[in-house]
Amino acid sequence: MTVETAAAERLEHLGEEVLRVEDLTMHFPIRGGVFRRPVGAVRAVDGVSFAIDQGETLSLVGESGCGKSTTGRMVVRLLEPTSGRILYRGHDLATMSEDELRPWRSKTQIVFQDPYASLSPRMTVHDIVAEPLRVQGRYRRGGADRVSELLDLVGLQPEHANRYAHEFSGGQRQRIGIARALALDPELLVLDEPVSALDVSIQAQVVNQLRELQQRLGLAYLFISHDLSIVRHVSHRIAVMYLGVIVETGSRDEIFTAPTHPYTQALLSSVPVPDPRLRGARERITLKGDVPNPANPPSGCRFRTRCWKAEAKCAEEVPALEDRLGTGHPSACHFPELLPVLPTSGAAS
Amino acid sequence: MDDNTEPLLVIDDLAVEFRTDEGVVKAVDGAAFTIDRGEIVGVVGESGSGKSVTAMSILGLVKSGRRVRGAIRFRGRDLGTLPAKELRSIRGAEIAMIFQDPMTALNPVVTIGRQIVEALRLHDKRLSKAAARDRAIELLALVGMPDAAARFKQFPHEFSGGMRQRAMIAMAIANGPSLLIADEPTTALDVTIQAQVLDLLKVAQQETQAATLLITHDLGVVAELADRVVVMYAGRVVEQGDVTTVFTAPRHPYTVGLLESLPRLDRDVDELHPIPGSPPSLLAPPPGCPFHPRCPLARDRCRTERPELRVVGNGTAVHRTACHFAEELAAVPTEVTR
Repeated sequence: MTVETAAAERLEHLGEEVLRVEDLTMHFPIRGGVFRRPVGAVRAVDGVSFAIDQGETLSLVGESGCGKSTTGRMVVRLLEPTSGRILYRGHDLATMSEDELRPWRSKTQIVFQDPYASLSPRMTVHDIVAEPLRVQGRYRRGGADRVSELLDLVGLQPEHANRYAHEFSGGQRQRIGIARALALDPELLVLDEPVSALDVSIQAQVVNQLRELQQRLGLAYLFISHDLSIVRHVSHRIAVMYLGVIVETGSRDEIFTAPTHPYTQALLSSVPVPDPRLRGARERITLKGDVPNPANPPSGCRFRTRCWKAEAKCAEEVPALEDRLGTGHPSACHFPELLPVLPTSGAAS
Repeated sequence: MDDNTEPLLVIDDLAVEFRTDEGVVKAVDGAAFTIDRGEIVGVVGESGSGKSVTAMSILGLVKSGRRVRGAIRFRGRDLGTLPAKELRSIRGAEIAMIFQDPMTALNPVVTIGRQIVEALRLHDKRLSKAAARDRAIELLALVGMPDAAARFKQFPHEFSGGMRQRAMIAMAIANGPSLLIADEPTTALDVTIQAQVLDLLKVAQQETQAATLLITHDLGVVAELADRVVVMYAGRVVEQGDVTTVFTAPRHPYTVGLLESLPRLDRDVDELHPIPGSPPSLLAPPPGCPFHPRCPLARDRCRTERPELRVVGNGTAVHRTACHFAEELAAVPTEVTR
């Protein structure tokens, strides 16, 4: 099957749900004492639910330790969830055995952040891209042609195939990683900070490439990033995470122009915008302190220790993720408020 | 002694090379800019542009590199020719440095308090231990450290990333420097913590009236903080000017390319316009203008003749570019002005 025929199949299913994640949790045990018994748990992900359609990009955003990468790793089953369900086109992957899982694994692939660490220095580009095909026993029949096709797809030259990863720049390495991820005709790509390690001029090349591939191949993306500017550019929908939970989710416009959760608002207002004329024109919400320890998260609302609106209720009751204001998108705050924090620059369209 | 006819810091035709197995890397190749008293100058550029090497050269911290040309004058004195002892008395006193990664810049086995006290007493021998301790706690409080007296006794590993960066800023301003060099001070931090540290840098600057050299790859940080901006590419300064002019009317194709390739937080952009290709190898930089292989304006002259920095525009602030055909950019609207 060539790239194009597989794509045609996917494009017919655009808008259909590919992945559904229900109440996913990942608790990493903390071991202590002489016998290394579990004495607690880091609650990296603590009840996360979302769905992604074919052809759609859902972004998980948040700061270090919010659980976004852990969630991505559970989706591709690099991590075994503590509890919760991962439904791939209705099939529950979380309970499958390794054998049952294998054919499904090819449907979701991951691209890692660091293009220097995620490619073997001892393998040629050809072998790196061919490896998934070999693992799945698909290399013998037309594997070499398939690799050339994949390299072409991500904008690399055929003569690059015999070189080693260290001969390439960061941007080209990331393209190699994308070609590898596409080798098995996946329907969903988990993109874990795919451009964070790249310089801005190169970042834009890779972002454009990813967008073009999505349109051409009908791929669904789970895009994991801390960079809100990139997220605005690539996403259809966004889920904002804080300390292992989703605090607000909605379409790109809902999150960027009508955020209702104080954390989303603080996050958006904190990003420096590259326009010196806006200096001082923006009201910046500066949060106090740091993210609390995920081994011992605050009671009630996890954001309350840094929230300027926190009241007694916030410590007692966990706020459900629901649409309290009728804005059409849910947020997990007892006292949500529509507050557009982004500047509308004078000359903006 | 203060020479008032010259800016606080003058970097004049600086060139720094590194010898490697593959050949000589020209990390900085004729960089030139100045910093006046009390101003914040942002130096921007991508990896390999030479911005960090330039900054590290000021205090003679580039160990394996060799300065092959140029001068770095601070208050009229060439720092490159100063005896080691005199340079040491300037480091951490008149010129202080804030590093990107506080965990590697702070000593892990010494308490934060002792490290600040040490910085204070090193440059003021008459300061008593008790007075230095009080001053250190005062500094920690100034940088927004809650419960400064308790924090004084803690070790760096007991601090979060943001708190460590605060401690390092406290140490940097301890001796009232007249120049602060901040090398990617917020790059390792999360965005809400970055906002806190940027606010703090403004406070520190106001408090000490120190000129600040801000090295960063983040154009947003520069737009937020800097008075003037210096854009570096392949070891050279390609454009400099006041921050509003450079961002709204850039006159170097590389600066235009950088601004065009940025996704924007504050509005929807249909398509990003990346700069084609990648930065040149510094082992064998292209002849003529180093940007010509990626430049949409490039023609024969650019391939042979190296453009020098020259004044453009008619503004009162000095806006300089190193492009032969800068005037052709005047008609092009950029993503920022659009």
